[in-house]
Amino acid sequence: MHHYSFFSLLSGALGRHRRWSQAWRSPTPRKAYDVVIVGAGGHGLATAYYLAKKHGIRNVAVLEKGWLGGGNTGRNTQVTRSNYFWPESAAFYEHSLQLYEGLSRDLNFNVMLSQRGILTLAHSHHELESLRRWANAIQVNDIDSELMTPEEIKKLVPLMNMEARFAVHGGFIQRRGGISRHDAVAWGYARGANALGVDIIQQCEVTGFCRQGERVVGVETSQGTIAAGSVVLSVAGHSTVLAGKLGLRLPISSMALQAMVSEPIKPCLDTVVLSPTVHMYVSQSDRGELVFGGGADIYTSYAQRGGLPAFYQNVTALLELFPAFRQLRLMRQWAGIVDITPDTTPIMGGTPVPGLYVNCGWGTGGYKAIPAGGDTMAHTVATGKAHPLIAKFGLERFTSGALIDEGAAAGVAH
Amino acid sequence: MLQISCPYCGVRDEEEFRFGGESHVTRPALDVDDRVWADYLFNRINPKGIAYERWLHSYGCGRWFNVARDTVTHEILAVYLMGAAKPQLSEVTPAREAQPKRVRTSEGSLS
Amino acid sequence: MSRSGAHRVEKGGQLDRARKVSFTFNGRALVGHVGDTLASALLANGISVVSRSFKYHRPRGIFSAGVEEPNALLRVEIDGLAVPLVRATLQPLVEGMVVTSENCFPSVDFDLGRIFDRVHGLLPAGFYNKTFKWPNWHTYEDAVRRMAGLGTLPTGDDKTSFFRHHLRCDVLVVGAGIAGLAAALEASRAGAQVALIEQDGELGGRALHERVQVEGRTAKSWIDAAVSELARAPRVRILKRTLVAGYYDHNVLTALDLSDKEHPDGSVQRFWIIRAREVVLATGAIEQPLVFAHNDRPGIMLAGAMRTYLNRYGVAAGRRAVIATNNDDAYRTAFDLHDAGIEVAAVVDARTNAARNIEEGIQQRGIKVLRSSMVVDTRGSTTLKAVAVDELANDGRSLGANRVWIPCDALAVSSGWNPTVHLYSQAGGKVRYDSSLACILPDNCRQRVRIVGAANAEFAVSSAIASGTHAGREAAAESRPVPRDAGREHRSETNGIRAVRRAPQASAARQWVDLLHDVTTSDIELAVRENFVAVEHLKRYTTNGMAVDQGKTSNLNALAVLSDLTGRGIETLGTTTYRPQFMPVTFGAIAGGATGDLYVPPRHMPAHRWHVRHGAQLDDYGGWKRPACYLRGAETREAAINREVQAVRTALGLFEGSPLGKIEVRGPDAARFLHRIYMNNVTSLQPGKVRYGLMLNENGIVIDDGVFACLSPEHYLVSTTGANAERIAGWLEEWHQCEWPDLDLVLMPVTTQWAVLTLAGAAARTLLQQLPGDIDFSAAAFPHMNYREGQLAGRRARVQRVSFTGELSYEISVPANEAEAFWDELMQRGAQLGIAPIGLEAWLVLRLEKGFLHVGSDTDGTTNPLDLGFGAMVQKKAGDFVGRRSLLRTADQETSRRQFVGLEPVEAGASLVAGAHVISTSPKRSQGFVTSAAFSPTLGRSIGLGLLERGHARIDEIVTVFDEGRTLQARVVKPAFFDPAGERMNG
Repeated sequence: MHHYSFFSLLSGALGRHRRWSQAWRSPTPRKAYDVVIVGAGGHGLATAYYLAKKHGIRNVAVLEKGWLGGGNTGRNTQVTRSNYFWPESAAFYEHSLQLYEGLSRDLNFNVMLSQRGILTLAHSHHELESLRRWANAIQVNDIDSELMTPEEIKKLVPLMNMEARFAVHGGFIQRRGGISRHDAVAWGYARGANALGVDIIQQCEVTGFCRQGERVVGVETSQGTIAAGSVVLSVAGHSTVLAGKLGLRLPISSMALQAMVSEPIKPCLDTVVLSPTVHMYVSQSDRGELVFGGGADIYTSYAQRGGLPAFYQNVTALLELFPAFRQLRLMRQWAGIVDITPDTTPIMGGTPVPGLYVNCGWGTGGYKAIPAGGDTMAHTVATGKAHPLIAKFGLERFTSGALIDEGAAAGVAH
Repeated sequence: MLQISCPYCGVRDEEEFRFGGESHVTRPALDVDDRVWADYLFNRINPKGIAYERWLHSYGCGRWFNVARDTVTHEILAVYLMGAAKPQLSEVTPAREAQPKRVRTSEGSLS
Repeated sequence: MSRSGAHRVEKGGQLDRARKVSFTFNGRALVGHVGDTLASALLANGISVVSRSFKYHRPRGIFSAGVEEPNALLRVEIDGLAVPLVRATLQPLVEGMVVTSENCFPSVDFDLGRIFDRVHGLLPAGFYNKTFKWPNWHTYEDAVRRMAGLGTLPTGDDKTSFFRHHLRCDVLVVGAGIAGLAAALEASRAGAQVALIEQDGELGGRALHERVQVEGRTAKSWIDAAVSELARAPRVRILKRTLVAGYYDHNVLTALDLSDKEHPDGSVQRFWIIRAREVVLATGAIEQPLVFAHNDRPGIMLAGAMRTYLNRYGVAAGRRAVIATNNDDAYRTAFDLHDAGIEVAAVVDARTNAARNIEEGIQQRGIKVLRSSMVVDTRGSTTLKAVAVDELANDGRSLGANRVWIPCDALAVSSGWNPTVHLYSQAGGKVRYDSSLACILPDNCRQRVRIVGAANAEFAVSSAIASGTHAGREAAAESRPVPRDAGREHRSETNGIRAVRRAPQASAARQWVDLLHDVTTSDIELAVRENFVAVEHLKRYTTNGMAVDQGKTSNLNALAVLSDLTGRGIETLGTTTYRPQFMPVTFGAIAGGATGDLYVPPRHMPAHRWHVRHGAQLDDYGGWKRPACYLRGAETREAAINREVQAVRTALGLFEGSPLGKIEVRGPDAARFLHRIYMNNVTSLQPGKVRYGLMLNENGIVIDDGVFACLSPEHYLVSTTGANAERIAGWLEEWHQCEWPDLDLVLMPVTTQWAVLTLAGAAARTLLQQLPGDIDFSAAAFPHMNYREGQLAGRRARVQRVSFTGELSYEISVPANEAEAFWDELMQRGAQLGIAPIGLEAWLVLRLEKGFLHVGSDTDGTTNPLDLGFGAMVQKKAGDFVGRRSLLRTADQETSRRQFVGLEPVEAGASLVAGAHVISTSPKRSQGFVTSAAFSPTLGRSIGLGLLERGHARIDEIVTVFDEGRTLQARVVKPAFFDPAGERMNG
């Protein structure tokens, strides 16, 4: 692997950038792998990377129907944070954030993590009480969070309309939260996994599974049959479609989540702002675009485009909090298909089908979970035993009733 | 924006409706085991293709009804009343030619 | 003086030369004419550099005459409001407008940012991924952010009124060029209701500014006839200067009014939402440039744009022009310039010959044509000085050795026209590259859309008319099948294009692909070398096509370069999907008027005006503006709340609870239905009695509580919490309609018909007994948890004797329109009893003193009835109810769950706060939280309620409460701090 640094860039410039090597190969699939991961999004690629790096399992293929990082990894709004309510969630997402904090150096690829803080707003006295409950929960979990007064918020985000229809009564901030560059995360993991010997096979659609008795022993693909010791599904948006081919029913609905960006302007918003009440979040990218979104469209969808009502809602909410953006323009809008679970917590680990693992159900927030998702899935597949951080994220919880309902506790979709 | 043909009111904007998820889900009796109960509560077909689902005309007549909708193209292939059986639709129905099918049921006739 | 600016030609153009318009550009006073765009006026004044590029800060001039403009994005101030990134090519010139260039310092002519151009070798595609990792990205980020960002925030006084407008039609025609006019005419003649939307201020499209014949007449006379017929047609609506930018499901499209003028309703920039049975897209095509070294200099312009400036605005882009092309169409520019007296130094054609009629035109005019040649380099800095031309080998991949420099100050470039398929793609249509036509074509779409004219590569006028007419006729006929494939039968002319778009690279000199984002062919080479060859990877890695012009003049060339480098045909590479918006749309327009109070209109209670007149402090509670408390004199909020609590405890309070949900349930099966909905027994309730009940969802979680009253055996009245009034009404309907349609009953939400005024306090009965009426309020006749209805002070009234405060209390419903008068009457008559109006905050303190549950505060989305201590009640209930089965799961029965308790600080004077957690210290973890807390004026100390792990078994235990890093000790108690026996409310 060609090491990246300022000096290699300098020497590249002197050689007119002719000596750089491929970030990843485009191999033809082998007949068999120890592990086949379906889906080359952030989670699939990270799983492959940690399998190879931490567990020495390098005979791994990541199969991708389209192009790597082209699903929700390349469509999300890039927010990273660990300000979760329940201890199970907090431990997992904090692990993820800590991996993010070292990721650029670990991968030797700048994922541009910007820990500019994520501010969550309360719009009434009673919301402030629930936010206080949330912020204290985070502190009890030994993760950073601070309550903020309206005056402190106004100072941090001068453009915010404090007297909006739902006036800002306060909020809390996780200063270690922020944004990073989603494409870079996918590319960095792909490059890292590739260097460790993982085959990333793009344009390879999984059309079915090979079974020996109950056990899954391989996959049928558009590039032929591939045998596998274990199969991991990391196909957000299409989880039920693939699991359905094995007769496995999942508690997941696919919904379109929209995001949109403005034309790029000079820095005017230095924090990620999230309002559960008006259901909107916004940050300004390093390129200067305001990146924002809100709730998912109301009906199930596999079309990667959003509808008008949620679009209006997002834009109106943005202007309600930031009237200064009124004369700016919307440049582009798009949607990703997200897996919605009943309790807004992911589904990770083994399944009733031997040899099959799932990593799905991330709802609207899988991006921030990529490093920990990959790390814990790799551990689970390598050892055959759920990683302690995801022990409670298994499918069994829906039968026992032991749901981990972040939405219910925090009143915000994750 | 979906244009949904309410069987009682006619074509209206999506914003007048509420989506109610998969239809034709049978509620089990109290004595089923946890697995069956969980399947009823949480598991859904979530098809990529034709979904049979229920919608409420909440800012209109307030009635629930069923819709067969393609989840990829968002085409509405049929609208039929609560309690009516699923219409048989082929996955390749070229719905563009016709208005949504109104399925007649014993509950009443539709315009 | 008929000329404004040195580059205005003597005559020609469609300007009002008699009327001048003054404006300033970067402080210079300039003059243009009515009819000018900002771009044409700048060109007329000889302004060559209008902006600096995004990354390398290179000087840039006006490049196009339309939506595709990558360079002339300027800050424009009109009437004191300055807006960034205005397309000078679309912006009409306005008297007094102040125009400035952005992203440059100190000025557009001398920009220090040019240093980035000098070190461009260090800034290849994705350079930021390879470096800036040590110590972390945040160290560099501030500096990088300040360099990025093209514009700056709008400034000045924003008086703009935005409105959303709606339009419904049989046939929507987008684009009023020849094809669109033909479609609209034909659809209108067939009797359809037609909407025709054109982005320009004039109808006619490109033909307006081309010297072409249409059906044997001049274009102008054909257009005039068409426009006048459409104007007379009764069912045709024409919107000019309106840009259709979004195409959504079910043929719903959105458009932005681009005019700066106010409409009669006071709006500017209307946002249109259009619902069309059929759509005809006649969106035209966008000319693509050629790729060669230093192809970004000011003075280089699309060939079609150069003749638009000449023919429409009477502006010569230069004095000596070269035209570079790979197709016939650009010869129009050469001929028009020549015929207007502007020197055409040469046409550089990548092909060996042009069409016969073109060859004749060349001969007649004696224009020099350099064949099988390409422009390979240019000279100049702020203006173009010369272009280098070289011969192209037969394979199109190498050059001859005869490079010649041709002096010129304008270069027109064309690599053919590419159909504007953006809306088609947004509609879900597939597009593909066609190698024989060398452009992107619409292929097939599931929506009811037809695409005609240049947008479907039907470039000839006759083809455009034929396809437009056909589509108009088909669209007007009801329920005609839309052909799945975009039609091809009308394509004839291909402009003889040769698909050579990039000059072979002879030196290290950069060849630009994306002007705005400064993406060059070497960036694409690097991407290919590093295997970013999927089209989306290429786009994201190089950022080609991701700037505000969305790659309208760079996406196809990037594909061509990628195809060159990989040896794969463009048709095999795929294209990126076009997303809304076609062109950036103002946020304010999208939102329309729906901001401020119209964002979510606040709801006011029936006696609202009384509250406002009497010092109510209004807060938002679930969308309702309700009195939090009533201030007397200079009193603080805390003092007012304490006073109101004491008024209820010692005398009498009046509280408006109108948002309380009220649903009537009638019918033979009303009781059976409610019995399945409520956790509590319903069937045993006798007429005139009231019972407290909980509703669960199917997962066993408490979603609402309230009382229900039996009015008669087939008539019940359900009360819900105010926040859930609509939700529960919908919830009941859903169960009835979808699950139990066999039950015979009717549900009727009556929340807003009845105002609810609640009297609470020992004197409540005394007051009510003073009022005329037929309800017996004596303790014996009307005990606690009973319902009566009748006449009260001359009004119909429904009275429930229930208590949320622990005092003797009557909840009185009267018709909503009589609420204010009744309130007033109660206040007057109650004056001698010490009555006080009570706000919601005191009300919540009163219930907290009683330890009554407040669903939503004391419960969350995980709380089940067992957690609240209702286990015995569940046990006793006969039959199924919603959520019952879930309560049987192991996790729902765990004793380690968080349970509802009371909490009191151990230390006198210490305060509990809602949102604090009860923690164990080793290991440090949360065991639950304080859900409600307040200072109790009655008890003179702080009290709280909470959800605590194993709480029911921990009464009297001392626990540690954590808030924002501080801790205090609290005692776990039963959740009833005041009058636990309930003597006061039962009395």
